[in-house]
Amino acid sequence: MKIHEYQAKALLREFAVSVPSGDVATTPAEARAVAARLGGRVVVKAQVHAGGRGKAGGIKLADDPVAAERAALQVLGMRLKTPQTPPEGIEVRSVLVEEASAVERELYLSITLDRARSTHVVMASQAGGMEIEEVAAQSPEKILREWAHPSLGLADYQARRLAFGLGLAAEQFRQGVALIRNLFALYLAKDCSLAEVNPLVETRDARVLALDAKLNFDDNALYRHKEIVALRDTNEEDPLDVEASKYSLNYIKLDGNVGCMVNGAGLAMATMDIIKLAGGEPANFLDVGGGASPEQIENAFRILSSDPSVKAVFINVFGGILRVDRLAEGLIAAAKKLGLRLPVVVRMEGTNVELGKRMLAESGLRFVTATDMGDGARKVVALAKGSR
Amino acid sequence: MSILVDKSTRVVVQGITGREGAFHAARCKEYGTTVVGGVTPSKGGTTHEGFPVWNTVAEAVATEGANCALIFVPPPAAADAIMEAAAAGIPLIVCITEGIPVADMVRAKHFLAGTRSRLIGPNCPGVITPDQAKIGIMPGHIHTPGPVGVVSRSGTLTYEVVGQLTARGIGQSTCVGIGGDPVTGTSFVDVLRLFNDDPETRAIMMIGEIGGTAEEEGATFVKAHVRKPVVAFICGQTAPPGRRMGHAGAIIAGGKGTAAEKMRALEAAGATLVRSPAEMGATVAKVLGP
Repeated sequence: MKIHEYQAKALLREFAVSVPSGDVATTPAEARAVAARLGGRVVVKAQVHAGGRGKAGGIKLADDPVAAERAALQVLGMRLKTPQTPPEGIEVRSVLVEEASAVERELYLSITLDRARSTHVVMASQAGGMEIEEVAAQSPEKILREWAHPSLGLADYQARRLAFGLGLAAEQFRQGVALIRNLFALYLAKDCSLAEVNPLVETRDARVLALDAKLNFDDNALYRHKEIVALRDTNEEDPLDVEASKYSLNYIKLDGNVGCMVNGAGLAMATMDIIKLAGGEPANFLDVGGGASPEQIENAFRILSSDPSVKAVFINVFGGILRVDRLAEGLIAAAKKLGLRLPVVVRMEGTNVELGKRMLAESGLRFVTATDMGDGARKVVALAKGSR
Repeated sequence: MSILVDKSTRVVVQGITGREGAFHAARCKEYGTTVVGGVTPSKGGTTHEGFPVWNTVAEAVATEGANCALIFVPPPAAADAIMEAAAAGIPLIVCITEGIPVADMVRAKHFLAGTRSRLIGPNCPGVITPDQAKIGIMPGHIHTPGPVGVVSRSGTLTYEVVGQLTARGIGQSTCVGIGGDPVTGTSFVDVLRLFNDDPETRAIMMIGEIGGTAEEEGATFVKAHVRKPVVAFICGQTAPPGRRMGHAGAIIAGGKGTAAEKMRALEAAGATLVRSPAEMGATVAKVLGP
């Protein structure tokens, strides 16, 4: 799960990680009020779940409260398009207004899981403000790494080594060590999957601050963090994704026109791949899970059918725990209730497959059956092209 | 022969009084697996659907000589269940549970490193040696004994390849689902090593997916050590970056973990790549020869 920068900075404050003073605003008047309270020069930052905001015109400097109001008027309501947003952009609904910092140096700091070592890794670099992937590709020696002990966490000497490596000295060194330790404590306490501060800055008045902050959370751990779940902003998500998540369906909207419904994540990805190989484009990833109920199948079918870009549907199921007859039952119920507006190709295999096939055949509904994945992919791609 | 599980495997099911645990304990037993009973804390001394229930894994080991734990415990307590099994000296732990917090698995995996236990999973279908032992949730009837070792990060895609193999009359030595989470107990390298050392495994089918570098590490091992044909398929060739594709571990992040990179590494290591998931069985047939 992702949250906004202003929400991340509130969490950082809670864990004594220094951030610039500021507050969120949803109207230009509010932005003006925040700027007046802060005094002096401020930054007005668009709050969307995507990076690259500065280049896209979503971050503006303002010298006084009136300028802050004007900047907020420009940013609020705009559709921000960055390389990380969908092509149509994301509408900006709030801005963060915070004190402008006099930056001496931009640094980089992040914490995430190192899968190869099965433990958390803290990464730091003096090349702040840049995409860390670019730094890693061009000059990997500029990235310092400290792997936390899997159960003891990050030791103080490791935080010191990182702070020295960042070139921090004197009072800034002391602040940097505390910041690294506190950020790690936050990362663990809130089950983050990523805590990234880019840039971390050294200011001209000798402070070390998290100028930007990105926190992502482990979805599997959300059950023990109700306070994090409360920060979810569904405006940032595709409406069909949100609808699917209500029924515990794993759905991701894509750009093509072949809708797919599959059981199991691996088979669902493989189904997308085979559609592409057959010359089509998948409209979505949809995993109904290992033990989908007829109700879930019905909801999945409804969500697929409600996507206007879908021209044909491919249902590919290998029944193990999910019995094929139960799938057929859910499918027939859904098709009867919603109507078969689109051509539907069904490929079924596994437990009770004969019964499932008979149910589909006797339903009186015009399902197209496929003998295997390859056959199904060819048929559905042809149907999607034909009905265009 | 086979790897990991066979006729001598004696299974204790942790979480046997739950819906999934009870259902699959019965299915495993039907297949012919020796399921000695189950564990649910504070339900010890009772029986559940014909299976004896103990309070602790240690009791199952002491009374019945359990040497394998199959875990269906819900996510909040699953990492602890893994540690309990390891502390009881169980050599093989198979964890089916999906949705365990990553931080819990980081600690559990460290705990395991100080024991003699091997963990398969979590978030996996389990392990099956056809006609000997089924320890997991896979449909047993699609498997048949034979020369192909199967190792995969995905569940239903493993059933797909097994279905294709069995339909062609090609059997499997053992099928291992290593799981779709970012932190798993057993890697591709571990299973490739076991298959490479198993005289009756004549070819290896490996199914990877996007995210992480486990396939690349597998490729390095294949190049250096494996002297048997390896067929590989990587799913997620069309997956967009930054989106988690169902499995917690299946995500292309920071430009890393793409299917293309993994396929390149495996091909360079001498594996036979399958582009279409419909061709997995046919490709294995080809490398095995007549």
